[in-house]
Amino acid sequence: MRRVRNIDNKTFQKPIIEIKDLVKTFYPKSGEVKALDGINLTVNQGEIYGIIGMSGAGKSTLVRCINLLEKPTEGSVFIDGQDISTLTEKELRTTRYSVGMIFQQFNLLMQRTAEKNILFPLEIAGVEKNTARKRTTELLELVGLPDKAKAYPSQLSGGQMQRIGIARALANNPKILLCDEATSALDPSTTQAILKLLKEINQKLGITIVIITHEMSVVEEICSHVAIIDNSKIAEFGRVADIFRNPKTEIAKKMIFSQGENTPVVMGENFYRIVFDNKSSSDSVMAKMILETKCMVNILHADMKNIDGITFGQMVIQLPEDELSASRAINYLRANQITVEEVEGDVG
Amino acid sequence: MWDSSMTTLIVQGTFETLYMTLTSTLIAYIIGLPMGVLLVTSDAQGIVPMKFLNKVLNIVVNITRSIPFLILLIAVIPLTRLITGTSIGSTATIVPLVIAAAPFIARLVESSIKEVDYGIIEASLSMGASPFQVVSKVMIPEAKPSLIIGAAIATTTILGYSAMAGIVGGGGLGDIAIRFGYYRYETGVMVVTVVLLVLVVQIFQEAGMKIAQNQDRRK
Repeated sequence: MRRVRNIDNKTFQKPIIEIKDLVKTFYPKSGEVKALDGINLTVNQGEIYGIIGMSGAGKSTLVRCINLLEKPTEGSVFIDGQDISTLTEKELRTTRYSVGMIFQQFNLLMQRTAEKNILFPLEIAGVEKNTARKRTTELLELVGLPDKAKAYPSQLSGGQMQRIGIARALANNPKILLCDEATSALDPSTTQAILKLLKEINQKLGITIVIITHEMSVVEEICSHVAIIDNSKIAEFGRVADIFRNPKTEIAKKMIFSQGENTPVVMGENFYRIVFDNKSSSDSVMAKMILETKCMVNILHADMKNIDGITFGQMVIQLPEDELSASRAINYLRANQITVEEVEGDVG
Repeated sequence: MWDSSMTTLIVQGTFETLYMTLTSTLIAYIIGLPMGVLLVTSDAQGIVPMKFLNKVLNIVVNITRSIPFLILLIAVIPLTRLITGTSIGSTATIVPLVIAAAPFIARLVESSIKEVDYGIIEASLSMGASPFQVVSKVMIPEAKPSLIIGAAIATTTILGYSAMAGIVGGGGLGDIAIRFGYYRYETGVMVVTVVLLVLVVQIFQEAGMKIAQNQDRRK
């Protein structure tokens, strides 16, 4: 299912998280629930990996299996080459120092100030007091809240609380940062700011980030790779740009479409989704196509976005019922390296 | 009837009551606090599930709590003698008070700690906290305001129990109320002791609420 790529822009890739044949079954009173079923996933060092799915798909359970907050029923999880499911409780705790985590509800200690919240993981790890205090100051700077050191969480806004959450997660210099719906409780502009901060952290500190979300916009904004989870299984995974350009599964198409604020596009006959990338978006391909093929095109939706450094244009068009002119239009677009695919049913 | 010796008696009684109440509360907390914590952590959904221990603790707590205090007071007399060497006076009363109060405190502590958002506990586990660190650095500090309110409730309840101990010569204001007010029909003494008891309860309750409010950073 994975797109084979012969050239990658990163020459050296070292897997930092490897999930192998992971199964997680819950046994509530009502019977047996398979939350995860045969998950295989590799995250390389330095990537920002998005895990996206509808609610109840199993993505929160999956992220909790990475630091073993949930114990897998079957399968194994490797962190930096080590199978963490075989570790003793004590060894596991030490491993957790190197895997930071942030949450949708921030989960800050309400009885501690911002500063003491960041100090908390350092206390747990037994870091010497002066070193710990210095580190706390550095982290407050990093997340842009040096003036909020003495504030209690209840005096902070959602965005500020998440910044403290991020600082706290980074305290013990982790290799990996897990984000469980970290922006879902925030408004759009705060979400943007937090995502920007995460991207900075990834670039400056080289920390691998795993982002769990139900919003495709979050994935498009900062992720390099994505895995789409549906029904406890990975439906599709790969580079975000590839999946955006050419989604193969129904769920991937659904995720890509349903992100728009006002995109419940009514789908009908002869609807096509076309995707431009860098080169073609500067050319006036659509206009040329209409002029050359004399095909009457009805444009229903169009937008542009930047995914992993590449500008993409996306358009939903309706082609005439006349098969000949429709296929002429499609062929013209494909000849210009534009992805064209028919969309059916109510994808929005 | 009212003379300086009566005043001395009442002042002494007040101190005895305070001594019994505070000492019992303290010792009962030394037993009840860990019990309450264990009730939470050993639960099936807790951080260190221990089914058997949890069951035993629950049974012990429920049995002790269902025995009426007056009966417990008399039933433990042999134990009281064994520990304090006597079965009358305020020091002797501390034994049944602790036995009655510890399980009650365990329940108060349990409910306070259960109020702590599980997300915060999960976050601390994700940072590599050990169960002991979760208890000492997260559960108890985060539940502090609620624990303080619980302590005020526990203290006032124990104060009420201590007055009951007067029936078997337990010392304190309750003892005076029974000996003078009830057996000798000295209504004045009865009223004074009851008023004093009400005052003490008021002070403990108010102080507890104030401290709890002061310590609460959630608002």
